[in-house]
Amino acid sequence: MADQHVQTLPPSPEKATLEGKNKYLGFWLFLGGETVLFASLFGTYLGLRGSTVDGPGPSELFHLPLVFIMTMILLTSSLTSVFAIISMKKGNYKGLLAWMTATVLLGATFLGLEIYEFVEYVEHGLGFTTSAFGSSFYTLVGTHGAHVAFGIAWITTLIIRYRKSGLTLTNAPKFYVAVLYWHFIDVVWVFIFSVVYLMGIGG
Amino acid sequence: MSNTNAQTKSVVWDWLTTVDHKKIGIMYLVAGAFFFALGGFEAILMRIQLMFPEATFLPAQTFNELLTMHGTTMIFLAAMPILFGLMNYIVPLQIGARDVAFPFLNSLGFWLFLFGGILLNLSWFFGGAPDAGWTAYVPLSSEYSGTGIDYYVLGLQISGAGTLIGGINFLVTIINMRAPGMSMMRMPLFTWSTFVASTLILFAFPALTIGLLLLMLERIFGATYFAVASGGNVVIWQHLFWIFGHPEVYILILPAFGIFSEIIATFSKKRLFGYSAMVFATLLIGFLGFMVWAHHMFTVGMGPIANSIFAVATMAIAVPTGIKIFNWLFTMWGGRIQFTTANLFALGFIPSFVMGGVTGIMLATSAANYQFHDTYFVVAHFHYVIIGGVVLGIFGGAFYWWPRMFGYRLNETLGKIFFWMFLFGFHLTFFVQHFLGLMGMPRRVASYLPGQGLDEMNLISTIGAFLMGVAFIIFVVNIFVSMKNKETSGDPWDGRTLEWTIPSPTPEYNFAQTPLVRDVDALWYEKYEGEGSMKAAEPLGDIHMPNGSILPVIISLGLFIASFGFIYHDDGWTWVAIVGLVITFGSMFVRSIKEDHGYHIPVDEIKKGGK
Repeated sequence: MADQHVQTLPPSPEKATLEGKNKYLGFWLFLGGETVLFASLFGTYLGLRGSTVDGPGPSELFHLPLVFIMTMILLTSSLTSVFAIISMKKGNYKGLLAWMTATVLLGATFLGLEIYEFVEYVEHGLGFTTSAFGSSFYTLVGTHGAHVAFGIAWITTLIIRYRKSGLTLTNAPKFYVAVLYWHFIDVVWVFIFSVVYLMGIGG
Repeated sequence: MSNTNAQTKSVVWDWLTTVDHKKIGIMYLVAGAFFFALGGFEAILMRIQLMFPEATFLPAQTFNELLTMHGTTMIFLAAMPILFGLMNYIVPLQIGARDVAFPFLNSLGFWLFLFGGILLNLSWFFGGAPDAGWTAYVPLSSEYSGTGIDYYVLGLQISGAGTLIGGINFLVTIINMRAPGMSMMRMPLFTWSTFVASTLILFAFPALTIGLLLLMLERIFGATYFAVASGGNVVIWQHLFWIFGHPEVYILILPAFGIFSEIIATFSKKRLFGYSAMVFATLLIGFLGFMVWAHHMFTVGMGPIANSIFAVATMAIAVPTGIKIFNWLFTMWGGRIQFTTANLFALGFIPSFVMGGVTGIMLATSAANYQFHDTYFVVAHFHYVIIGGVVLGIFGGAFYWWPRMFGYRLNETLGKIFFWMFLFGFHLTFFVQHFLGLMGMPRRVASYLPGQGLDEMNLISTIGAFLMGVAFIIFVVNIFVSMKNKETSGDPWDGRTLEWTIPSPTPEYNFAQTPLVRDVDALWYEKYEGEGSMKAAEPLGDIHMPNGSILPVIISLGLFIASFGFIYHDDGWTWVAIVGLVITFGSMFVRSIKEDHGYHIPVDEIKKGGK
């Protein structure tokens, strides 16, 4: 049953129907709005990152090795999601599910490390209400973390819901759009790594 | 299961679950009209207080709440939803589509707006409405205001999410779902302006989302972005607010421009003069709209260089706006002008809006702005552009599209009385406010002293406000009086665009056959160059329709409930927030895992409906 579907599907199943095309375009537009959302948070953080008042500042807190490992994990999860889409295009549905599962696991590892990181900072005296730097740091990085958490829940739902269905014109756009979202939060993290962590240590 | 037809549902359930863009459009119009009446009532209460010096009609605190709620209601809950209603109903028809791109999200957008609006207004009954102005500047809103601001923050957050969803929906609809032959440069101007306004929504609203989020975290969870003692910065709020707030005024005015372009071309019996210049002027206004937010902050102390740049950028907007004004005049030039009520609104708009534009240039002069700032001059300016532009556009559009949307024409005599009374009342109210401002009367004050030369003009202004109120009542009466005038023609105004090619009342599926578009003003072209009616782009066949769903109401309700949990977080209501969020995310989850492929209207039924 599943194999028959795969063979009759057009080359780009995610954009083969009008619904799929609409979802694809609509999601790109949504990511445009998300860009402004994160830009606003970055602007706020840049305005306030020097305002540590009596609390600890970036250079006292940040451990680049940990953050570097987190970055690599998230970048790898983006790569596995690319492999998932390649599998989809080749009609290899099992490959799609396997690579998406790998993406979720890497995402969860990243999220775990981020929570560990936050707990560490709180122990070192940087609470959410300690200073304007603390508030804006946790808001920016936390909003990204919330996006990661939402992405994990979303992709997990897709994997479980469609574990037996095979690739269809209905679920192909769903997987594709989820991967777009995953790439987006990856790109945002690259900016967080540069603007928050590298500039926090070096500049 | 998948074949639940509208006929088998009760009326209430049908409207709660509908995903039909026409019904959602009408719900936007009804809800928007309600909030418009409410905001107007708030304005009249304020004008009564200001009618005479040192009046004691309202306490100062109530006055502050009224001015905040008047502005917030009119912008977020009246003007935008009413425009969304017109867009929802008309844009799919103008591009030859059977629905919007995301019918479910369309419904979700409406219910989010409505629940957000209700939440905001519930503040009146639970500890007082927000009182920091519609701009909610910090630290006034973060440190010196009561729970009203919490309702403001969460109400706008919820309704803003609805607006963002609506904006994306219109963009995808317009890009992906145009009928064959309708290239971008053949789209009617109302569709074009909807497209540009939706782009502005997409890039402006997230800034408000963050602004409101920060204010919420600061007020409810003790963050310190704005608290100067903890290293915060109050100007960040102003930037975030106006990065959203300035595009917002173009989100309002551009669709009104689109409405006027349709009305003026139809009632001049001429193709719109300079169509492509109109399109590019719209795009240019949209682009420049993002470059000028800091002109609201000239007196904050950004320095002469920043002020000059923003002053020049602001004045540059006068150029594309001027292009539009002249194109409307040239459209009328040599045309056979019909003075219908709809066209009267368009004609009244041109001089009124130009006056608002001129004071806009005066305000953009950053040096002079130090004198105008926070006086009634500013109040006069933005009411000239918003009432003289947006509100006249909404009423013009209502009279123009009423037969399409409701199947009957509004009475023209009552309509003309309404128009003249409203226009006269509007100028009476706000023209004198320019001079009140120049004489130094500050805005947002609950009273003033006698004998300072302010008495007479304030009285005149209040009389004008009453006139506008009475005029609006005449409009409401008109709606009910005119119900008996059944309109059987689908094309009552000898129209030019696709929305006039279908029978009245509009069938559920809009177009039995998708039309083939051969020129700008597709219908007009077929009337004079073709055989008088649209050519079909497809054979008659079954039409696929989406199923209705109650989930949008439940998702919105969950956020509404969760908001109370956040507002009364300190009183141990956190569990309410959790319950609400579980409802919202739970129903999103249900939506995600349940595939719903809709149903088909069989071809026989379509043949019956077409006759």
